[in-house]
Amino acid sequence: MFWNEEIETMPRQDLEELQLKKLQATVKRAFDKIPYYNKRYSEAEVFPEDIETLKDIEKLPFITKDDLRESYPFGLFAVDIKEIKELHSSSGTTGKPVVSGYTEKDLDTWAETIARGLTMMGIGEEDILQNTHGYGMFTGGFGVHYGSHKVGAAIIPISTGQTRRQIEIMQDFGTTGLIFTPSYGIHLGEVALEDGIDPKTLGIKAIGFGAEGWTEEIRQRVEEIFGAKAYNIYGLTELMGPGVGIECCAQKGLHIAEDIYYPEIINPDTQQVLGENQPGELVLTNLEREGMPVIRFRTKDLTKITYEKCECGRTHARMSRITGRSDDMIKVKGVAIFPSQIEKALLKVGDAEPHYMIIVTRPGTLDEIEVKVEASHELFFDGIKEMMNVQNKIEKSIENETGIRVKVTLVEPKTLPRFEGKAKRVIDKRNLH
Amino acid sequence: MKIKQLSIFLQNRMGSLAKPLEVLTVANVNIRAMCMADTSEFGILRLVVDDPEKGKEALEENNFLVKITEIIGVEMNDTPGGLTTVLEIIKDNLIDLEYLYAFTHDKAGKAILLLHSDDIDKLIDVLTKNNITIVSAEEVYNL
Repeated sequence: MFWNEEIETMPRQDLEELQLKKLQATVKRAFDKIPYYNKRYSEAEVFPEDIETLKDIEKLPFITKDDLRESYPFGLFAVDIKEIKELHSSSGTTGKPVVSGYTEKDLDTWAETIARGLTMMGIGEEDILQNTHGYGMFTGGFGVHYGSHKVGAAIIPISTGQTRRQIEIMQDFGTTGLIFTPSYGIHLGEVALEDGIDPKTLGIKAIGFGAEGWTEEIRQRVEEIFGAKAYNIYGLTELMGPGVGIECCAQKGLHIAEDIYYPEIINPDTQQVLGENQPGELVLTNLEREGMPVIRFRTKDLTKITYEKCECGRTHARMSRITGRSDDMIKVKGVAIFPSQIEKALLKVGDAEPHYMIIVTRPGTLDEIEVKVEASHELFFDGIKEMMNVQNKIEKSIENETGIRVKVTLVEPKTLPRFEGKAKRVIDKRNLH
Repeated sequence: MKIKQLSIFLQNRMGSLAKPLEVLTVANVNIRAMCMADTSEFGILRLVVDDPEKGKEALEENNFLVKITEIIGVEMNDTPGGLTTVLEIIKDNLIDLEYLYAFTHDKAGKAILLLHSDDIDKLIDVLTKNNITIVSAEEVYNL
């Protein structure tokens, strides 16, 4: 089953021609309409007419999350605000967030990518799709929502949480499709089992998941619990939202909607573009975006790409699931966190040079973060009450900075490892990669 | 009059008390009295030693987090009700005690009670007015 058979099974040569045309148009629009690109490209002495082949994209400088942040809020929009129909923002809260703006057509393009994915998963107009992704500024909720409208499924915009209500609705409404983060999905399944409901009997046909790291074991677990196949969805707010890549029934990688996103893999250290099947950092370019075309965005997500035709018949490239990050970002409960945020939070509590370590675990099905902080003279008082206050203050400060509740443990001075050069601040014991 | 007590930050894990005690042994610092306040994750080891400055220095050289806290020692009767007599006076004068610990020594019939409060001067004042003997710091260091 295809949503857009012509595009999705297009011979690669034709697809590449289409990509080139769209790339040339995108670069020209960006150069003409967005001062950021005009300045960057002029400085690099590369101009829209230099894009004669797809390979010429490599002449263009990369854009990073920091660049996007500096343009906060609307600095990278290519259209007037009156053309913008919706605004979203990244879930991470390092400094200024990244804003994404969508025109009417962009929302339709976004929905198109999700519609292709839902069709891959076997979700159509007969289905009832329960979307546990959060609605709001986070793109996860609405992306799936619009895609569901497009394929004609009935969407239940329940968002995350209220786990028992979720289960009740699954039973009463006869939900056939579920969208969740893997850890929330397992939690949902376990709560159902606790209540004596076997999720396998609920009649779930397909599950779409993403927004956090997972392993094949986690997928198997989810599939076992619900007795349905689980498909990976990848995307990021900067480029649009979920739907950049979605798995088909073969479950052998995520099909990138290549007429809408142009993918490259680079070596994160040398920034050299790598070939097929070589692992590296994913770089993405919007080929079809009016509101905010993003060109050569460094996702920092590590993966690899194959262009081999898939057994499902699709010709679009497939990326493997994300195996890690080229920076020190961690995703906890679906929220992106950087150690620098923890550091900032510690500085606010008043320690001059905090030594800390972030330990991420998943004792049951949900993530937990412990931040070990070396106590210092500033943080040490001769009273348990005062010390508990210090811990609470640090916990609050970190929560303000990251939006995530953490457990702070004060440890003795000089007991955390010291690093020469780049510090390794995160110990991720979740074993996700 | 005020006794310099060492407060040492320790993590609550097996064996964490051994290291600071070893450091004090090597530095030839003798412990007069001790108490430990702990939570599931960390604790504060409070020590009265014969030479607080020397003890602090030795511990800090070994990366321990040490604070000198002022406490007072009062003499009480080593008989049933001895402690209550002192505490009644403190309570009646509305002084909030942060913590206390006590020990006996070779002075027959007497024990020493160590007290800490945020308002230590008021504590001294009140106890003195009620004829409670406050022992000198040197007396405790040199027991």
